[in-house]
Amino acid sequence: MDRFVFLTLDGLSRGAVYAAFALALVLIWRAARVVNFAQGAMAVAAAYVAYSVASATGSYWLGFVVALATGLLLGAIVDRAVMRYVDHTSPLNPVIVALGLVLLIQAVLGMIYGSEFRPAEAPFSRGAFTVGGLAVLSPYDLFVFGAVAVVVCALAWIFARTAVGLRMRAAAFAPEVSRLLGVNVGGMLTLGWALASGVGALAAMLVIPTELGLHPHAMDLVFVSAFTAAVVGGLDSPPGAVVGGLVVGLLLSYVSGYAGSDLTPLAVLVLLLAVLLVRPGGLFAPVAARRV
Amino acid sequence: MSATSAATPPRERTTGVAGGPGGPRRRGSTLLRHLAVVAVAGLLLVGVSYAVEPFRNFQLATVAAYLCATAGLTVLTGLNGQLSLGHGALMATGAYTVALCQNAFYDRGVTGGLLLLVSLAAAVVATVAVGAVVGVAAARLRGPYLAGVTLAVAVVVPALTVTFDGVFNGEQGLSVPVEPPPLALGVYFPYERWQLWIAGAATLLALLLLANLVRSRYGRTFRAVRDDEVAARLAGIHVARTQVLAFVVSAATAGLGGALLAVLAQSVSPGAFGLTLSLFLLMAVVIGGLGRLTGAVWGAVMLVALPDLSHSVTEQLTLPAAAAQRLEGNLPLAIFGITLVVVMLAAPGGVQGLLSRFGRALLARWRVGRS
Repeated sequence: MDRFVFLTLDGLSRGAVYAAFALALVLIWRAARVVNFAQGAMAVAAAYVAYSVASATGSYWLGFVVALATGLLLGAIVDRAVMRYVDHTSPLNPVIVALGLVLLIQAVLGMIYGSEFRPAEAPFSRGAFTVGGLAVLSPYDLFVFGAVAVVVCALAWIFARTAVGLRMRAAAFAPEVSRLLGVNVGGMLTLGWALASGVGALAAMLVIPTELGLHPHAMDLVFVSAFTAAVVGGLDSPPGAVVGGLVVGLLLSYVSGYAGSDLTPLAVLVLLLAVLLVRPGGLFAPVAARRV
Repeated sequence: MSATSAATPPRERTTGVAGGPGGPRRRGSTLLRHLAVVAVAGLLLVGVSYAVEPFRNFQLATVAAYLCATAGLTVLTGLNGQLSLGHGALMATGAYTVALCQNAFYDRGVTGGLLLLVSLAAAVVATVAVGAVVGVAAARLRGPYLAGVTLAVAVVVPALTVTFDGVFNGEQGLSVPVEPPPLALGVYFPYERWQLWIAGAATLLALLLLANLVRSRYGRTFRAVRDDEVAARLAGIHVARTQVLAFVVSAATAGLGGALLAVLAQSVSPGAFGLTLSLFLLMAVVIGGLGRLTGAVWGAVMLVALPDLSHSVTEQLTLPAAAAQRLEGNLPLAIFGITLVVVMLAAPGGVQGLLSRFGRALLARWRVGRS
């Protein structure tokens, strides 16, 4: 029972990060109908910049802020310099271009930092509190929950309550009409990319201290898990992404706790296949007609 | 199957649904034409294998092994419109099957020149089985979903070798014992030349079958499904079956390619078949020219030549050892990434597309000059 409680809480904390990362994927999917396969590599790049800043200045928090800023900037650059010029008639094209970016970013990171694991420090202790002899959350887990909750609420507020959010939704929903009504559709798209990439950078900053450390491929498996989370919730649904992230986090935690951590990648693959074959639109999608 | 169906001359061109690169109607049997090309290529290969040094022979053999996989992938992605990021994993399936078979033979003391053929066949069969499973799932998925699932396959399958390390020996991998060249070829026959012959023969056979398949009824249904699933279904094509067939064919060649790589390296380990390999294969077919077998050749050549090139570039620069090593390991990746992005933005037809456009322009100018 103790173990179950511990695994549940650990899974929720891991799931919060997947939720943030899945949310980033959903943001871009909703804005541009592109699944950003380069999200993981971009987030790692931001984390490396944070690492450099933190080791130069000795301040974790300065590095944290710089990581978010790098994430925002990187998203805007990727949209303005590359994605805008991709022919979107075939859904293959943006995916292939994003994979090219993955190779490029990982290669540049490998050239600058080398491909050994670098230890990433956590700002708070990762030792768990004990309540009545039961190991529960660590201060770092609370920080993760807090950061993800802030981001989710901020995004919800931006999209639901502000004029910019309304414009972004309009630009994604009906680009031509929005343009006629004076919305800067291209600018909104860039903003969407920047926001998503910033959220991705945050997720990377949160997850990397809990894993082996900084490495150009550090986010490969996290990306697959987050993609699964986004698919579980439905690529079109931000609340679905959050729920999907928590579900995937819990599943991985139970599998690694009860069956061995070697099996977690396989569990992700099985979950992804099961969801796609049984309910391709995700658990939160309205039933819709599919072509052919 | 594919060869016989292609043997009938392409007399009635299906109009409407196919829409692929039909080209001008050609005379003569497709099979004979392809056989002639393969025969010429085979003779050339034998000639080259005597002309160049052993290391180049080995490199050419590696190109042949990669070519198997890229040709299959270009048929799947270019002609049938299914994106697979999992072909590295399929190559791993083939490679590990060959390793397990060869080891089983050697442990039982069975030797003989034809055993390698049996192992290669087993590798193809095993990969076909895996490919059928993935293909059935893939046939129900579209666009980014398919890419995500195959990406998961590419990440997960190499990890499985560590999970079941009793069979696959974890990160260490397995060694692949391979017979020396037969004595009939002489005592001093270089081993690398023998490797090139094996890999070249297997690849040419695979290419012959693929080329016929592409120009057959099945090839036309592949293209029809890629271009418009609704129209294809209206024309009486079973869409899902066609997609699974394309995936299985492509998996078979990928398995053969992986098996050849294992035979060439005489070992397999999960590190060689990671996500990067899958991405490399995709890059190769896109840069070469999606959907063209000749493009797959360019891609396979690039896969081998680029690391070699970057090695010589880094040797020219005077760098500290650690920096040089980092640069050398990552330069090919960076070049591949940039090239891929640029090709997608500027020349979606790839190298082969540019070449054929250039060739057509030259031809047109020549005709204008004559008249």
